[in-house]
Amino acid sequence: MAEPVPNPVLRIENLRKNFGGLVVTDGVSLDIKAGELHAVIGPNGAGKTTLINQISGTLEPSAGAIYLNGEDITALPPNKRAELGLARSFQITSVLPRFSALENVALAVQARSGSSYQFIGRADRESALNDAAMEALTEVSLDARADVLAAHLSHGEKRALELAIALAMQPKLLLLDEPMAGTGPEESERLIVVLQKLKGRFAMMLVEHDMNAVFALADRISVLTYGRILASGPPAQVRADPAVMTAYLGEELE
Amino acid sequence: MSFTLLIVQTLNGLQFGVLLFLIAAGLTLVFGVMDFINLAHGVQYMLGAYLAVMFYALTGNFLIALIAALAAALLLGLLLEFTVFRHLYDRDHLEQVIATFGIILFLNQGVKVVWGAAPLSLPIPDMFSGTIVLSPGILYPVWRLMIIGSGLAVALLLYLLVSRTRVGMLVRAGATHARIVSALGVDIRRLFMIVFGFGTMLAAFAGVMIAPILSVEPGMGDSVLILAFVVIVIGGIGSMRGAFIAALLIGLVDTLGRSFAIDILRLVMPPSPARTVGPAIASMLIYVLMALVLYFRPAGLFPAKGR
Amino acid sequence: MSLSVTALPRARNYEALPIAIFLVLALAPLAASFGAETYLLGLFTRVMIYGIAALALDFICGYGGLVSFGHAAFVGIGAYTAGIFSAHGITDMAITLPVALIVSALFAWLTGTVCLRTKSVYFIMITLAFGQMIYFVAGSLSPYGGDDGMTLKLRSTLFGFPVLQNDRALYYAVLAFLLVSYLLLRAIVSSRFGRVFRGARDNPTRMATIGYDVFRYQRVAYVIAGCLGGLAGFLLANATEFVSPSFMSWQRSGELIIMVLFGGIGTLHGAIVGAAAFLLLEDMLGGITENWKLIFGPMLVLIVLFARGGLLGLAQSVWERLRRG
Repeated sequence: MAEPVPNPVLRIENLRKNFGGLVVTDGVSLDIKAGELHAVIGPNGAGKTTLINQISGTLEPSAGAIYLNGEDITALPPNKRAELGLARSFQITSVLPRFSALENVALAVQARSGSSYQFIGRADRESALNDAAMEALTEVSLDARADVLAAHLSHGEKRALELAIALAMQPKLLLLDEPMAGTGPEESERLIVVLQKLKGRFAMMLVEHDMNAVFALADRISVLTYGRILASGPPAQVRADPAVMTAYLGEELE
Repeated sequence: MSFTLLIVQTLNGLQFGVLLFLIAAGLTLVFGVMDFINLAHGVQYMLGAYLAVMFYALTGNFLIALIAALAAALLLGLLLEFTVFRHLYDRDHLEQVIATFGIILFLNQGVKVVWGAAPLSLPIPDMFSGTIVLSPGILYPVWRLMIIGSGLAVALLLYLLVSRTRVGMLVRAGATHARIVSALGVDIRRLFMIVFGFGTMLAAFAGVMIAPILSVEPGMGDSVLILAFVVIVIGGIGSMRGAFIAALLIGLVDTLGRSFAIDILRLVMPPSPARTVGPAIASMLIYVLMALVLYFRPAGLFPAKGR
Repeated sequence: MSLSVTALPRARNYEALPIAIFLVLALAPLAASFGAETYLLGLFTRVMIYGIAALALDFICGYGGLVSFGHAAFVGIGAYTAGIFSAHGITDMAITLPVALIVSALFAWLTGTVCLRTKSVYFIMITLAFGQMIYFVAGSLSPYGGDDGMTLKLRSTLFGFPVLQNDRALYYAVLAFLLVSYLLLRAIVSSRFGRVFRGARDNPTRMATIGYDVFRYQRVAYVIAGCLGGLAGFLLANATEFVSPSFMSWQRSGELIIMVLFGGIGTLHGAIVGAAAFLLLEDMLGGITENWKLIFGPMLVLIVLFARGGLLGLAQSVWERLRRG
């Protein structure tokens, strides 16, 4: 099991969540160091998205505690967590369809530059916001599509936009909920390259089914089954773990 | 504030609550299963009352008038469902609101044209006219007890239907997992028609039952509709149990508030301002109650799961 | 609602229509002086007053996705503030107008705190219920006419001068208020605040996870809309020299939504067109038969079923079809 890390960016202690009688998160403890990319894998229904939702604050845990840079955020609403440097992408694409790609990102920039209680002056003409947004779009190679309505982007482009939004928040911790879901092989290759580039800048927690991506990117891997962490460690160690092999990885690792 | 009056007003509150339940039940069913906000539900209550008046004038028999009114209301309801409502189920709530608002304007004016603007009345059936002695000194109209009794009977019937039958199972599932139900291969259109027809009959039944003690007039469904909204919002949209409890709560609070607000205020202020302020406060009570419930439980007392 | 680009008006021919609308309104009194002046002035004054209320509703409804079915409550609050003050002999709008706005804002803040915690259909029903509450309260105010309402002794004055006494002066004052309201809302919609508010309609969860407390922004927007509703009510009391609970009946709230829908939701200037279309139609149909609602009701149903972009949207698609030949 994971040995305690000094000053982790994210520390989860004994997190539990049950819906009625159904336990979906069963005593999960986990640390993520600065700059580390920590992948969480596990079969469908293992409770991965539930875990991310609790960390990002859209779901309230039943017990346990979550710390972001040492601060207890267990009871904070999502917007406060975002202010403290927590960003996330959604498994089901969650962008603002009626806004251009640039404005989607600019809104994230705006959230951390000055007050948003400004009632005059066109926000879409604030170059400080637009420049920073453009920078984030460039990092995910979406700069050429900046003026396209998010609703009109391809699926892969929307996934990239999610990433750009998260980047623009200049996070300390980025939660990625299946960023490759539904993308074609070419697009996921591109996303892997982008993530590779971002690695080390901030801590990341990656939930992903695409094992290519996981083993290409992860510094550590935790395997989640039935809401519990079955194994946790560097990729090679997890890959060799017999319990993991039988429980989950077997066929997918061939 | 005599004891007798308290008993009588409590019964009146119950009667009002039962009436609200009959209307709210259909509304919450239709909304829970179809995600359809039907403002025209109130005019269906009004139509029930008018149709009963008409059939009573033709036959002179209350029971026949009741049955004929329910049948006619059901037919009219299904006609509306067929021509208008079913085209609105997959529209957004705003469009549903506007279209059903149009139906209200039409039907409110329609009854005015057909039956005139003057209030009509329906006599209480002879069997149930007069009062009954509840205890020495406390008289109560039999018909109001009939309303309470029949409302409770309908509530029980609904409970059995929803918890024991196949359609009821689908209704329960539909209220929480509409997409799954349609994926199960259930003919959702037929389910919708059954639920809608049932809701219409409940509203019409309420209209018929209340007609003997209320004047039957255009627009009588409007304020009741809004109270029914308050009921289902407090109860939790889609929840039959919530609607029942909230309806009784609203019925009691509103009735008791209106009859005792002035008396209670007179305990703390002189009679004259009490007479002025009392009615204003009484008319606000249920809305304040709603605000309080929603402040602490935004999804109502018994939120349907998954919504 | 179909996913058209309603978030911000398209750049081109974006200015032409609003300018045309305000030009027509500015020149209407001149034309009216050739015909039934009092009647037309009165009608257009009402159009502009309801235009202000509809603008406010379009702001929260079209840009924020908050379908309020209780907006007439604010109109009523504004009107009753003017009426109650007038009953006590206070008519100076340097006092009465700010009070009307503050009371409206307060009501919006309080009810907004409750209804904005809920979602979609709850919001519709709860705003409807709060509207009904104010309606009943006004009806129970027996010192101020109860259900029958009361007449105002005098239109509002400004620092003692009866500036609104002349119908034409009132007309242009209302026009000025309308113009200011329109420009204000247009600025807000594209401002930082407006962008957050619009984003919250598209995807509140996303907005929360990038750091916005959606509820607070929506509540501020709701208060702004409430204030403008109160302003409309204040002007309405002056125009009709009468206030009554019927100003805030739930049908009035419904009519305001219809105006917004008529003009095409989420356009702002459309709300003014919608108010004009509604009131003129009511006037016209009312002239044909007293049972005009028998025609108007089914018309609404047909518009919802077949003309989804409102009247302007309908006109636009007809125009484009004609141009393509």
